[in-house]
Amino acid sequence: MIRLSVPLRQAIARLVLPLLIAASFGLMLLGKADTVIAERARTALADLIVPVYDVLSRPIGAVHDAVDAIRGLVALHTENARLREENARLRRWHDVAMALEAENLALRAVLNAPAEPTPGFLTARVVADTGTVYARSVLLSTGPRHQVRKGQVALDQNGLVGRVSEVGTRSARILLVTDINSRIPVEIERTRARAILAGTNGPAPRLQHMTDQQPPVPGDRVVTSAQAGAFPAGLPVGTVRAGQGGVLEVELAADLNRLAFVRLHDFGLTGILPPEQVARPEAPPRRRQSP
Amino acid sequence: MAVGLPRQTLAQRLDAIARDSAPAALTLVLVLLSCLPSLVPGQPGLIPSAAPAAVFFWTLYRPKLMAPVAVFALGLLSDLLSGAPLGVNTLLLLLLHGAVLTQRRVLVRQSFLIVWIAFTLLATALLTLGWLLRALLAFTLLPPLPALVELGLVVALYPAFSWMFVRVERSLAAT
Repeated sequence: MIRLSVPLRQAIARLVLPLLIAASFGLMLLGKADTVIAERARTALADLIVPVYDVLSRPIGAVHDAVDAIRGLVALHTENARLREENARLRRWHDVAMALEAENLALRAVLNAPAEPTPGFLTARVVADTGTVYARSVLLSTGPRHQVRKGQVALDQNGLVGRVSEVGTRSARILLVTDINSRIPVEIERTRARAILAGTNGPAPRLQHMTDQQPPVPGDRVVTSAQAGAFPAGLPVGTVRAGQGGVLEVELAADLNRLAFVRLHDFGLTGILPPEQVARPEAPPRRRQSP
Repeated sequence: MAVGLPRQTLAQRLDAIARDSAPAALTLVLVLLSCLPSLVPGQPGLIPSAAPAAVFFWTLYRPKLMAPVAVFALGLLSDLLSGAPLGVNTLLLLLLHGAVLTQRRVLVRQSFLIVWIAFTLLATALLTLGWLLRALLAFTLLPPLPALVELGLVVALYPAFSWMFVRVERSLAAT
């Protein structure tokens, strides 16, 4: 070890704090100027810690399951009655759906219209909720050989959750629709009016830039729009409700507070990416193939 | 050469390293834990980071064990984890560290209540600065309410963190 005189060592110690503060400002500028470096650093860290979260989040999932099981036992009787009633209702809807599907197929055959392809999907576990007051995202554990790509659409069992914004070797980050940087083209199902769903970091994103004069009313269903080629049309998003001060908000169908698994759909669309990802040609694979 | 001082064995040196890095390591674990999907389902992002409380406490009572480099690393970790603009948390935590260092001699002899009030004042100033910086970096006006809630939680949770750190500090002092 190099021996330094005491005054010199003290001088260096006194310099460390100002230097690091300057480095913080440097980081801010760097993060603003070159988003790729920041993204690489985030992905590298996520790859490093996702296995840890993968292990840690399992007992929490078990606790959740146990709580759900106990709650289910308590409400068994009423739940059973409710499900019977719902089952009867759904059976009627099932008949309607079958009839409509048959009619749809027949009409398609008459018109010679191609059927829409069924998109493939894969399921990934949510291991960390990295949301803060200023940004909303979750980390997925995808396993080492995954097929997740940037821009894929993530849904939970009920509706849209967000989009894949960063992909590492065994992790991926989803920018939630509630994030302040999230902008999603949607349409009101009833009126076909288009709008932009803008995240606010709060629980309910807002509707902006409505195209139609006819305003949506609370209770209208909101689905994704294929407007910018970024999303397939018709994915469920939520329902319109009136927020504070008459602002139209969307109550999300997805439960973002209790994400355990998400479905990642690849619709093969390469439309607009979130603002921080300026469209660039796909980077060559980082790991070089051995000859 | 130091004469008369016995050379430390490897085990002793490892022990000393472990003791010196305990506060930073504990804070690291707390920051990582705050990102776990919470046991109590609620509004995500409402579990504030333990970093401000930890940096404040350890800088106040054991400044040697919370070096500026460790503070910087903790800030960088929380920035990278949350996907927020880089550098904001590092700057805020370093400023907190510096501010506590200047007032250490006065504060260290005060009662818990005075220390808590000092933490509240510093946290208010820093989170306001953080809110301004983030709004500046994002070029938008951010809603102030979540930031106020975060401040409230950071201040309200300080006694709990402080209680835990005091236990750790005593066990460090005992060895």
